Amino acid sequence: MSWQWFHRLGSPRWFYQTSTRWLPLLALIAAAILISGLVWGLAIAPADAKQGNSFRIIYIHVPASFLALAGYYIMAIAGAVGLIWKMKLSYMVMKSAAPIGAALTFIALVTGAIWGKPTWGTYWVWDARITSMLILLFLYLGVMALQYAYHSIDAASKAGAILALVGTVNIPIIYKSVDWWYTLHQPATIKFTSAPSMHIDMFLPLLVMIVGFYLFYAVALILHTRSEILRRERKTAWVRELIEPEAR
Amino acid sequence: MGHSINSGYSAWLKRDLLLAYRRRGEAASPLIFFVMVSTLIPLGLTPESSQLAEIAAGMIWVMALLATLLSVDGLFANDYQDGSLEQLLITPQLLPMPVLGKITAHWLTTGLPLTLASPLLGVMLSLPTSGYLPMLCSLALGTACLSLTGAVGAALTVSLRKGGLLLSLLVIPLYMPVIIFGTATISYAIDGLNWLPPLAILGALFAASVALCPLAAAGALRITSAN
Repeated sequence: MSWQWFHRLGSPRWFYQTSTRWLPLLALIAAAILISGLVWGLAIAPADAKQGNSFRIIYIHVPASFLALAGYYIMAIAGAVGLIWKMKLSYMVMKSAAPIGAALTFIALVTGAIWGKPTWGTYWVWDARITSMLILLFLYLGVMALQYAYHSIDAASKAGAILALVGTVNIPIIYKSVDWWYTLHQPATIKFTSAPSMHIDMFLPLLVMIVGFYLFYAVALILHTRSEILRRERKTAWVRELIEPEAR
Repeated sequence: MGHSINSGYSAWLKRDLLLAYRRRGEAASPLIFFVMVSTLIPLGLTPESSQLAEIAAGMIWVMALLATLLSVDGLFANDYQDGSLEQLLITPQLLPMPVLGKITAHWLTTGLPLTLASPLLGVMLSLPTSGYLPMLCSLALGTACLSLTGAVGAALTVSLRKGGLLLSLLVIPLYMPVIIFGTATISYAIDGLNWLPPLAILGALFAASVALCPLAAAGALRITSAN
């Protein structure tokens, strides 16, 4: 079996040039799905019987929480790929995934707090899942802080990758925490093993929003990685040619 | 090979214990910190023993965690500065074993004294009688987890100038499960419940940490030494 494709995947130049071609299309699809999901969820879907219209923040809160958790895995896997196959590109993906994931975790926490006020009567409760999200935010911040602390890019990448892998140990605890300490928070609404406990008219726009958020995440990650590529590869001939074509 | 693996462990354990014995004042400071901070709690909150009893378990755990955090910073720092860390990295032994030896020495010089001093703090903070045995068990297991996890953070930050503060940022999120089940063990016992389940989870955390943390710390040391 030829491993050529795998090695090509590790080339920042190949990634940059390919993503230049596909990014506009991907961004367009992401925007279309996000806008249709938002209109469907915020305007067309029926209001909740108990919570009224305030439940509609779920269309931001749940997708952001999904991506906050998935983003940590993406970051850790990228770091592991870098440690195992010594791919420069995957370290750049890992570094780019940290601030995006931290931002999504923050959005999940803030929307949760705003949703909590009308529903539970308080912005903040020390509930298991909220606390886990806060810990997740700290984990992201730790990876970011460690990356900035090193002068050498190589050491920063590897140290960040190890920390991200150590942090993944915490992620199963976050998932399990719902079962461990059932408190104020609702149990998970979407279960892949059984039918959703939401009404289908409310559930479908949520599904659209989750897909939209995944695509948005991909666009944000690619954009961030592209700027990281330019920063790290600025001494190479192809980046110089890209920036100053007339100098050649 | 088996011989050299064990000798790597015991040689570094003995060396670090000897170093700690020679620098007794330095080694005692986490313990003094632990006892001194407990004086702040009645001053800052309330001297009322009924109110102190309610928060005693959690407070003792938080203080033990902070005391460990302060001391774990020095786990590799002295060796990095005097160059013996480089000697450690070129030893023929499997690197995680000497690292585990150093971590064991760290626990014997901080976690174990903290555990043994905790009944004194329990008296000062009027911890209910049924909480003492669970407190000793949970602190003994839990501080070992803290030393092991802290070693990974210490290895990641050893070559950085202001590593100590960064170390706390990296390690505190990883400490949360330990403190949850550590305090749960004590409060279950005070409430008259079976306190063995949370202690068993603490044991599971310890087993996982023993298996994984020396590997991660050794890998981190290789990276930071190349920096």
